Amino acid sequence: MEKLVRVEGIAAPLHRPNIDTDLIIPSREITSPGREGYGEKLFAPWRYAGPGRRENPDFVLNREPFRRAPILIAGDNFGCGSSREMAVWAIRQFGIRAIVTPSFGAIFRANCLRNGVLPVELPADVVARLAARAEGGDLVLAVDLEACRVTEPDGTAHGFAVGEREREMMLEGLDDVALTLRRQGEIDAFEARDRAARPWAWAPPRD
Amino acid sequence: MSNAKPRTIVGKVWDLHEIADLGGGQSLLHLDRIFLHERTGPALLAGLAGAGRAPAHRELVLGIVDHAVETLPGRLQRSLAPGANVFVTGFRERARAAGIRLLDLDDPRQGIVHVVAPEQGLALPGFTVVCPDSHTGTVGGLGALAWGIGSTEGEHAVATQTLVRRRPKLMRVEFTGRLPAGAGAKDMALALIARFGAAGGGGHAIEFAGEAVGALPVEGRLTLCNMAVEFGAWTAIVAPDDTTIGWVAGRPAAPKGELLDRAVAHWRSLASDDGARWDARRELDASAIAPMVTWGTSPEHAVAIDAVVPDPSAATGAARAAMERALAYMDIRPGQAIAGLPIDAAFIGSCTNSRLPELREAAAVVRGRKVASGVKAIVVPGSSTVKREAEAEGLDRVFREAGFEWRESGCSLCFFAGIDSFGDARRVVTSTNRNFEGRQGPGVRSHLASPATVAASAIAGRIADPRAAAGG
Ligand code: SF4
Repeated sequence: MEKLVRVEGIAAPLHRPNIDTDLIIPSREITSPGREGYGEKLFAPWRYAGPGRRENPDFVLNREPFRRAPILIAGDNFGCGSSREMAVWAIRQFGIRAIVTPSFGAIFRANCLRNGVLPVELPADVVARLAARAEGGDLVLAVDLEACRVTEPDGTAHGFAVGEREREMMLEGLDDVALTLRRQGEIDAFEARDRAARPWAWAPPRD
Repeated sequence: MSNAKPRTIVGKVWDLHEIADLGGGQSLLHLDRIFLHERTGPALLAGLAGAGRAPAHRELVLGIVDHAVETLPGRLQRSLAPGANVFVTGFRERARAAGIRLLDLDDPRQGIVHVVAPEQGLALPGFTVVCPDSHTGTVGGLGALAWGIGSTEGEHAVATQTLVRRRPKLMRVEFTGRLPAGAGAKDMALALIARFGAAGGGGHAIEFAGEAVGALPVEGRLTLCNMAVEFGAWTAIVAPDDTTIGWVAGRPAAPKGELLDRAVAHWRSLASDDGARWDARRELDASAIAPMVTWGTSPEHAVAIDAVVPDPSAATGAARAAMERALAYMDIRPGQAIAGLPIDAAFIGSCTNSRLPELREAAAVVRGRKVASGVKAIVVPGSSTVKREAEAEGLDRVFREAGFEWRESGCSLCFFAGIDSFGDARRVVTSTNRNFEGRQGPGVRSHLASPATVAASAIAGRIADPRAAAGG
């Protein structure tokens, strides 16, 4: 798991609700099962216009200084829809390390935590205000996972919540599976009990 | 796990699968089944192999080929489409190397994973089920706790047969009263999302309950739970009852004999206790639900078929801007009646609405009629089993004689990956679950509706009320 402690930089506003993973990375852009090469495909339907993949100059991430923004401010229910982890790979490979929104699609949020992108949930009115301010291209936010806090340039701070285990895994860059395998003894004991209690759940499906 | 406190069905299934309480509300949970498909499975299995890991219980993992397959008849005789080949071949190789069983294209049980799992008895009430696919919660319709995950979480699932999850917040959604004739589970789902919004589920685990839910056949409950992710829920479940038990018993992989008796006793114990606590409750009067159609690019953009397209100026802020963008993309105007809008194509299929009872409903509307000229009309059965059963009843003939294409099973045009295509068609009425921009093809405008509404619209050549069609 990729480590992340703190992100500081320009925030790019993309403040519309229900941005789904089909928009973040459309199916037709997923041409191989690998994990690489998604950065250029991020938001392809908005980012490119016309033949030859010409950049659409109006799209926020095609404009300076947002082209290198490490923080995205998005509308409600960001990343809803398909479970495709390519959506997060595209965001990470573009260079975004934190997303601030009132709420996330549940699977997308879990995928963020496993790919070095910090999902930050703040109240809708705060997000709306930050998005409006970010339009100017000079909103620098500091997102701190250690303190679970987003700080505005004038020092105004907003706390956010992340699960304790996930926070630790991200702060330390720990391996999820290795952590669980430390509990193999408990897993084995559970399985033995469960096989006796619910044998039908263990009967291997017929071929 | 004796516990005097009244519990919800989610709490009971959770407690039964909790290996360890990790603190902070998180649990290490045992998984009864893991399903994989060829679109997200190869990356998962590659990651697993790359980390030098093997499945903890390969007998509890099953792969199905459904997403990247073409559905035109005779596909087994042709080579794979170029866009499909890397996924299907990659999946076959990875699954073989990991020792995971595969229901491949030539398997008589092949189909959309969320259709096959319940139909074959691979997912059972009270099970925990995961799949790297957002519509995994579909099998909540028969009382399983099932949810979609990403590929990286999937590696954890396969490597350990467990996942770490925070206990979800719980929501009870009650559909009171009886559904009127002409409306179905799809209309219930769209009405719910239209009323409370595409984020209305707030990441909760939802129990669907109430008279109208109890009256649904299992297939309708699967449809309802399928759409829960479009409601922003983490997942959804319907408590198993006599309907469920009658439906599940006898499925190929369901327990038999004495084991079945024990399983049934267990299933009956899962219903939420009286006095169980919910973090949220929603209620909807089912008797007021009419056939629903979406007008925009989010499932919350849905209205009754006899209503007009809403006016964004009634909304504010980001929602208003989103509505305006949706109207522009969909090329429709506020105040316009949704019924009567001319269509180019009609699609019946997907894990939402492609099971036998739904095909019967659509066929009843279509029987003896013709698809309007210039409309491309397609039926894709949800599984190869559904296809055979439908053919045994002659439904394929009803559709074909009307001018529908009758295809092989798969996800097909529920999403666009460049394999199946609507060709030049722009406006599509569809029994699928997502009307997102470009979901069914670049520039394609999707109107979500029930299979009966799709069928009536195909015949009329415009979005049409199935209740009017049913009479004639
Ligand atoms: S039918 Fe559509 S929604 Fe269902 S699994 Fe396939 S692509 Fe996903």
